[in-house]
Amino acid sequence: MTMTTSRRPRQSLRQIFLAPAIIGVLSGVGLIAALVGDGVWDGLSWVTLLVPIVLYAGFLAVGRRRRA
Amino acid sequence: MTAGTKSLRRWSWVHKWSSIVCTVFMLMLCITGLPLIFHDEIDDLLHESVKAADVPAGTPMADLDRIVASGLAPFPGQVPHFLIWDRDDPNAMLLSIGKTIDANPVDNRIVRVDAHTGSYLDSPDVTGRFTYIMLKLHTDMFAGLPGKLFLGLMGILFCTAIISGIVVYAPSMRKLKFGSYRSDRPRIVRWLDVHNLAGILLVVWTLVVGFTGVINTWADLVLKMWQYGQLAEMTMQYRDRPPPAHLTSVQNASDVASRAVPGMTPSFIAFPGTIFSSKSHYTVFLRGNTPVTSRLLKPALIDAETGKLTDTRDMPWYVTALFLSQPLHFGDYGGMPLKIIWAVLDVLTIVVLWTGLYLWLRRRKTSSAVAPATTRAAQPAVTT
Repeated sequence: MTMTTSRRPRQSLRQIFLAPAIIGVLSGVGLIAALVGDGVWDGLSWVTLLVPIVLYAGFLAVGRRRRA
Repeated sequence: MTAGTKSLRRWSWVHKWSSIVCTVFMLMLCITGLPLIFHDEIDDLLHESVKAADVPAGTPMADLDRIVASGLAPFPGQVPHFLIWDRDDPNAMLLSIGKTIDANPVDNRIVRVDAHTGSYLDSPDVTGRFTYIMLKLHTDMFAGLPGKLFLGLMGILFCTAIISGIVVYAPSMRKLKFGSYRSDRPRIVRWLDVHNLAGILLVVWTLVVGFTGVINTWADLVLKMWQYGQLAEMTMQYRDRPPPAHLTSVQNASDVASRAVPGMTPSFIAFPGTIFSSKSHYTVFLRGNTPVTSRLLKPALIDAETGKLTDTRDMPWYVTALFLSQPLHFGDYGGMPLKIIWAVLDVLTIVVLWTGLYLWLRRRKTSSAVAPATTRAAQPAVTT
């Protein structure tokens, strides 16, 4: 594969999957935490499972703002 | 063609076809599943129910035999199948009754009885309710076991689509930063970004909810396996005995079981001759007191002729797997905030399905216009 001129260099698989992997692990923690106990465990579950929701809203908002 | 492109072409074929087949059903499941997350709240809002008496903490429970008798009183000729402690309302007990002991419990009527006074509360017909219709659509589309297993198959395809989606995500993101949303590009690019972003953010949640949903479709089969496996083993010596002429007291069965399994409390009792018991036993299902152990029921078999304990064992692994897959599918194990998060993640899953459907339709149009599209394999050709 030849390098083509592009704005951004090609990323390695590690670069591509680093963030998704961290979010995936957090989701896993969140799914299990609320099963383990109540109180703090429920809180941990809410916070970790909110991460993908907040990121989704955040990235869309950032993308939209750049256009304006 | 390099080995890499060849395998990528294969993965994107898998992603495309597994998605195409399951998307319509997954959309239906996500839409019907949304109100089901809040089914208790919706039922409370839409339907009146007779409230059980408010009693000070520590008020003793009414005798279970009395509860069963007053639950049956308005329905002469019918028989009790299950006596259930209401998880959500400690002041009420539920009695599930059928026309005969071997009638299909799916058609049973649920009678509510006051847990402390032992008086009859109500027995609403739930079959016309909004939540009931959503539940039937969601679990078997009113088609019984075949419907269930079919939806389970769609769930397996959905999981396949997610896993193949992770593979095809990589080439799509080679030149893009994580979370890129190119709002200045045409809709097909924007929606690809949304599809990739929501899809990869939700990957673990959709896999877990998808796969636990699949496991739930096997519940009837798991029950059958338990009946012919562990339950049959435990009641082996009763196989050729006639059913008891007179049933001993339900209260006694509950007490004996509670004593036999310290640290656990009864969750429901199956009457002799029902699908969860043998013809000679009460089966008292006991639960623990933490979020996990409250889902893991343990059966204690009480001889319905002598009132003595026959056996109690932990459930086999396949039943435990089913029990654990239920909360993980329903999202009902972390209070109202978790339910709301579940609902938002469900809506985002609809976004992934919808954008995926759009991308496929658009590409189909483009590729039929530009006949042999050589870059079809690396479908994220639209990325640049």
